[in-house]
Amino acid sequence: MDRIYSHPQSLRDVPTHYCPGCGHGLAHRLIAEAVDELSLREQVIAVAPVGCAVIAYDYWDFDCSEAAHGRALAVATGIKRVRPQNIVFTYQGDGDLAAIGTNETIHAANRGENLTVFFINNAVYGMTGGQMAPTTLLNQKTSTTPEGRNAQFQGYPLKISEMLALLPGVKYIERVSLGSAQDITKTKKAIKKAFTNQIEGVGFSLVEMLSPCPTYWGLSPCESLDWIKNIMAKEFPLGVIK
Amino acid sequence: MPKILMSGNDAIAEGALRAGCSFYAGYPITPQNELTAYMANNMQKRGGVFIQAEAEVAAINMVFGASAAGARSMTSSSSPGISLKQEGISYIAGAELPAVIVNIMRGGPGLGNIAPSQSDYFQATRSGGHGDYHCIVLAPASVQEGYDLTCLAFNLADKYRAPAIILGDGMLGQMMEPLELKNQSPKPKAKPWALTGCAGRKANVVKSFYLKEGDLEKLNLKLQKKYKEITAKEQRWEELFLDDARVVLVAYGSMARIARAAVKTLRGKGRRVGLVRPISLWPFPKKAFTRPKNKYLVVEMSYGQMLEDVQLALCGKAKVEFLGRSGGGVPSEEEIILKINKIYNG
Repeated sequence: MDRIYSHPQSLRDVPTHYCPGCGHGLAHRLIAEAVDELSLREQVIAVAPVGCAVIAYDYWDFDCSEAAHGRALAVATGIKRVRPQNIVFTYQGDGDLAAIGTNETIHAANRGENLTVFFINNAVYGMTGGQMAPTTLLNQKTSTTPEGRNAQFQGYPLKISEMLALLPGVKYIERVSLGSAQDITKTKKAIKKAFTNQIEGVGFSLVEMLSPCPTYWGLSPCESLDWIKNIMAKEFPLGVIK
Repeated sequence: MPKILMSGNDAIAEGALRAGCSFYAGYPITPQNELTAYMANNMQKRGGVFIQAEAEVAAINMVFGASAAGARSMTSSSSPGISLKQEGISYIAGAELPAVIVNIMRGGPGLGNIAPSQSDYFQATRSGGHGDYHCIVLAPASVQEGYDLTCLAFNLADKYRAPAIILGDGMLGQMMEPLELKNQSPKPKAKPWALTGCAGRKANVVKSFYLKEGDLEKLNLKLQKKYKEITAKEQRWEELFLDDARVVLVAYGSMARIARAAVKTLRGKGRRVGLVRPISLWPFPKKAFTRPKNKYLVVEMSYGQMLEDVQLALCGKAKVEFLGRSGGGVPSEEEIILKINKIYNG
């Protein structure tokens, strides 16, 4: 009998620290599957974020670097420029990529660095206890917007993917979701495309994944999936942005 | 060997290139811009990577990445820019990465001015960023030494897997002097820990994050052991006329050149005056302070930072006087002589 599905070699067989219903485990696995299927495990160098996925290197079984909060794309730039033969990607949350690291993100994109970026958008800071993220929706309650995000005081959800798409150095941006089986299949495809772009030297590629955070959304895992579909994806529409 | 005329900034850059530096990222700030321009002109021609970063913070984190991937990497800046880099330097120390950081000091605090200064001594020698760590700190006093010490900084950074700082000032960076382009002896270490892709080995991780109970303490104990070894082996200094000196001047970098002139003038008048010029500021050359019967005069372009290390080295056994100016003021030879005459007769 042929084995058609198994544990990815690039994913260590260890329990993760993620909450029930969290999207990170799923995103880690999809990336690991893509790395295996493209035979990249021995070539890939990942840059982990600061945030809930800070110890992603304990889960992936390939070379990884940490980066200070927000600095993943500066670190990745340094790695890729001295080792262009490797496939380098960053894995970053919304606070990391679109708040404290906005500068690094915009300028790595604008330089057209031949890098792959996986951007986990769950509209909240998870690791530090559910504070407002740049992508927090209007009226969304967080520990720092107890009455809900109010545009008058906290501004609007930041659509960094759309902003980055304006830059000529950016070659591919797609927003996908981890909210349903169908969307997960699309996410995997987008991940593979973002890697393939780097292999072919196309340039800066970013996949934004809308990802559930039941703990800080105050919802059950199933309700969280509905929330992505019915509310979050209205503010952050899915599809190829560039 | 023939000599060429070069500025301190250019000499440090050339020294780095000849030491095998293959990655440089920097951001414009005076008075070190010539160094960045030199790298822009020469790095790519010699097969390396030059990036003008979007920010000081990005530049040091690019150096983190390039170093994690095994390259000899460097950034440079001046005081306010070096303050911004402290986050990255702390991570580099914590992740045990080798890297060279050049600080061509200017006046502070705040935006200060662009005049030469030595007021970042505490920041360079006392960690600067968060956490219990040290950078190896070397202080050139001439263009030639800027060139020579940069290669040494790379070798020490590799040897100890630690950040090394070249601490100069605006005077040294801008000044032109004859330079002998001596053959460098880069001693790059094998880097089995570097991120190169995990072909044929287990996956490598470069990190400074240790959440499990006891793990971070273990890392810190390892760092402390390393710092102890560096302190024992890497103290460097120059001394002049110590054998019969009654008053010993202590100064580093550009300030030491003025101090040296004062010593020579006073010797010409029969004054028994000597000089200790620390070359490594961390580790501080405590071994040079073995004559508690002498009187000491520390001269700095600050209001007394290295002074504290001299006092610590002498443990209160000798009288230590101080002369310093900051914010662009440079103690003159005449001021030093005046002060020494007072101490000498006192």
